[in-house]
Amino acid sequence: MRFRIYRYNPETDQKPHMQEYVLEEIQPGMMLRDALLKLKEQDETLVFRHSCGEGVCGSDAMNINGRNGLACITPLESLKTPVEIRPVPGMPVIRDLVVDMGQFYHHYRAIKPYLIVHDPEPEVEYRQSPEEREKLDGLYECILCGCCSTSCPSFWWNPDKFRGPAALLQAYRFLADSRDQATAQRLEELEGPYRLFRCHTIMNCVNVCPKGLNPTAAINNIKKLMVKDMV
Amino acid sequence: MSLARRKFDVLAIGAGGGGLRSALQLSREEANVAVVSKVFPTRSHTVAAQGGINAALANVLPDNWHWHMYDTVKGSDYLGDQDAIEYMCRAASHLVYELEHYGVPFSRLDNGKIYQRPFGGQSQNFGGDQAARTCAAADRTGHAMLHSLYQQNIRAKTHFFDEYFAVDLIKDQDGFILGALVVEIESGEPLLIEAKTTLLATGGAGQLFRTNTNARINTGDGLGMALRAGIPLQDMEFFQFHPTGIAGKGMLITEGARGEGGYLLNKDGERFMERYAPHAKDLASRDVVSRAIATEVREGRGCGPEGDYVLLKLDHLGQEVLNKRLPGISDTIQTFLHIDPAKEPVPVFPTAHYTMGGIPTNRHGRVVVPVEQGEEEIPGLYAAGECACVSVHGANRLGGNSLLDIVVFGRAAGNDIIDYLKKNRYHRQLDNSSVEQAMARLTRWDQKGDGERVADLRYELQATMEKYCGVFRTKEVLQEGVEKVLQLEKRMADVRLHDHSRVFNTARIEAMELENLMDIALATVVSALAREESRGAHSRIDFPQRDDVHWLKHSLFFKEGRRLEYKPVTLKPLSVESFPPKERVY
Repeated sequence: MRFRIYRYNPETDQKPHMQEYVLEEIQPGMMLRDALLKLKEQDETLVFRHSCGEGVCGSDAMNINGRNGLACITPLESLKTPVEIRPVPGMPVIRDLVVDMGQFYHHYRAIKPYLIVHDPEPEVEYRQSPEEREKLDGLYECILCGCCSTSCPSFWWNPDKFRGPAALLQAYRFLADSRDQATAQRLEELEGPYRLFRCHTIMNCVNVCPKGLNPTAAINNIKKLMVKDMV
Repeated sequence: MSLARRKFDVLAIGAGGGGLRSALQLSREEANVAVVSKVFPTRSHTVAAQGGINAALANVLPDNWHWHMYDTVKGSDYLGDQDAIEYMCRAASHLVYELEHYGVPFSRLDNGKIYQRPFGGQSQNFGGDQAARTCAAADRTGHAMLHSLYQQNIRAKTHFFDEYFAVDLIKDQDGFILGALVVEIESGEPLLIEAKTTLLATGGAGQLFRTNTNARINTGDGLGMALRAGIPLQDMEFFQFHPTGIAGKGMLITEGARGEGGYLLNKDGERFMERYAPHAKDLASRDVVSRAIATEVREGRGCGPEGDYVLLKLDHLGQEVLNKRLPGISDTIQTFLHIDPAKEPVPVFPTAHYTMGGIPTNRHGRVVVPVEQGEEEIPGLYAAGECACVSVHGANRLGGNSLLDIVVFGRAAGNDIIDYLKKNRYHRQLDNSSVEQAMARLTRWDQKGDGERVADLRYELQATMEKYCGVFRTKEVLQEGVEKVLQLEKRMADVRLHDHSRVFNTARIEAMELENLMDIALATVVSALAREESRGAHSRIDFPQRDDVHWLKHSLFFKEGRRLEYKPVTLKPLSVESFPPKERVY
């Protein structure tokens, strides 16, 4: 199987280039990460992040044949050859497939991704009905892989100002939580032309999310809450 | 070249649940804490825990902490220390409520309380009916907990050193731990972090085995660092094989799948656990179920063309239960097996999962080593979570107790560190020879030329451990295992890297991880060879019985001289009567 992989080592390369690799032995059921690990055995200098191997840690986001995804849950059978692998777009490349996720994490931290409660804590759990809890499904499962934000043209244009789909999904995860008491504050902090409103419902985020989540719907729900807040 | 330095009150190495829970305790007390992690915190392996966290909330069935304690002692095959187990089980409910207050999205019951499911080895009333003690966020409890703990640390303004790899502990002549040498992966530059106290929270070493449920990062780095600092590893012969890894691949299928009503079948369609554990059946302890599966396969009742796995039946649970309670494993099964668990049973086989042994600590998280009479604390050093051996898991951990362990002892270590800092207000003088030793470990990988490859040795080590130190063990096989690991260890000196870049050199990180695995493998096989009995996860075909007369004791393996010592099990709890060893049936 043939691969074309983006290579860039800042210590030795003036600019990035694509490198061809061939993998002879392909076993059925192999995932792209397995193939990359075999290629790394051939060429130790090939660098990518990875860890859990089952799509829960979010380390191995990359651009695979033009589409963002997680290498560890992308079956080789599903890929046209030569498989073209690049770092996720729009982020500074550190080396090969490894990008600097600093800005992505900054936006995540900025939306205050934690429960805010003003009342004294009870000595037992807060009560939450199964229906209220269900509102968190499709939100809390985010693994912060960055596939969504780095496929979003609005994020490419304004990576410093637009929070991006991943952070906004998390913002809504806390707005939707019946236990949280900071709705007004959270909404206020998303006002202005950029943080939330740069989303133009292009929906790349929905198409690429490896966990099947829907950041666009979350963003729309935040907008609805804002309207409700104003009325 | 002068070495960059930073100074903190506390250095926590590892950003899984244990490291993050202790860091939270410390940051809230305004201690100056640095968390060093070789991956971004939410990528730590706690994220992969599925089934849940045990606490006797009694939300579903009657329960109390004392029953939980009994089950844990029995589950440990009486090798667990009963003072630490009492402490953990008593703390459990409060700590789960606290997690809920942090925002963990636990699944809910109709009355709005936290959902709890039955798990293996749980009982009401000291061995009576099945209990339902495992608090769950669907089957993504570890993910939910880890993200919430990280989020709380963001709120508490903890200092994070993301993608820094810890090379070695720094120690002075008086035995104090002064921090660690770490390397920034992005730049490749070393950094010396001086700290009044250092907490190891580096997780387990599942990468010892070829087929495992663990992440690639689970290379037991803290265990390797401890060994090199002269600290022994405790009870390393006890390695948990999870009954239901996806056959041949290793991805975890939570015990919660059986907790929700799934069960195991052999090739005759027989529900074979009824023979091995008439009372608890598929919800017996993990060691019992894993041995049963391995026995079925050995005796020719395995499924598939090679007869090398059994089937986990889930289809009778119905789509709603799978969607609501087991969505994560349903995805995993579809992704890796192209099977719909609502229609077909799932091929499973015992898979290396959890390191029961580790760095010996007391219940305050302080690392302890034997001295002539009893033991003493290593000043300035703590350990918590899977890398530690308190020991609350003894010879076999109960499902749902590891997420509990990390928050209970992460917090306990945090609290004890706060006390320690009050008594030890100043940084001690740095020991340069210790820094030089640590630097040598790093620069060793600058050697150029041809030699052995890291990937080859890692593969051989994993295959060796799987073959010679698996579910069933004998003297002959273990002896051969020790020889094989020693040969591999010797070859480590000939390993050379081809990649000598500074920037994001993962080859160098993998080489240092392999050094850690090599030391831990030796600790594991040597301890396993010495223990001539069967207890919990350690099954010796040549010594099939538990032997409390000779072996009701903890092993301690020292790197120097590959020496073993032993120390007694603490049978006396803090306040209740002891649970004396008795025959263990499920």
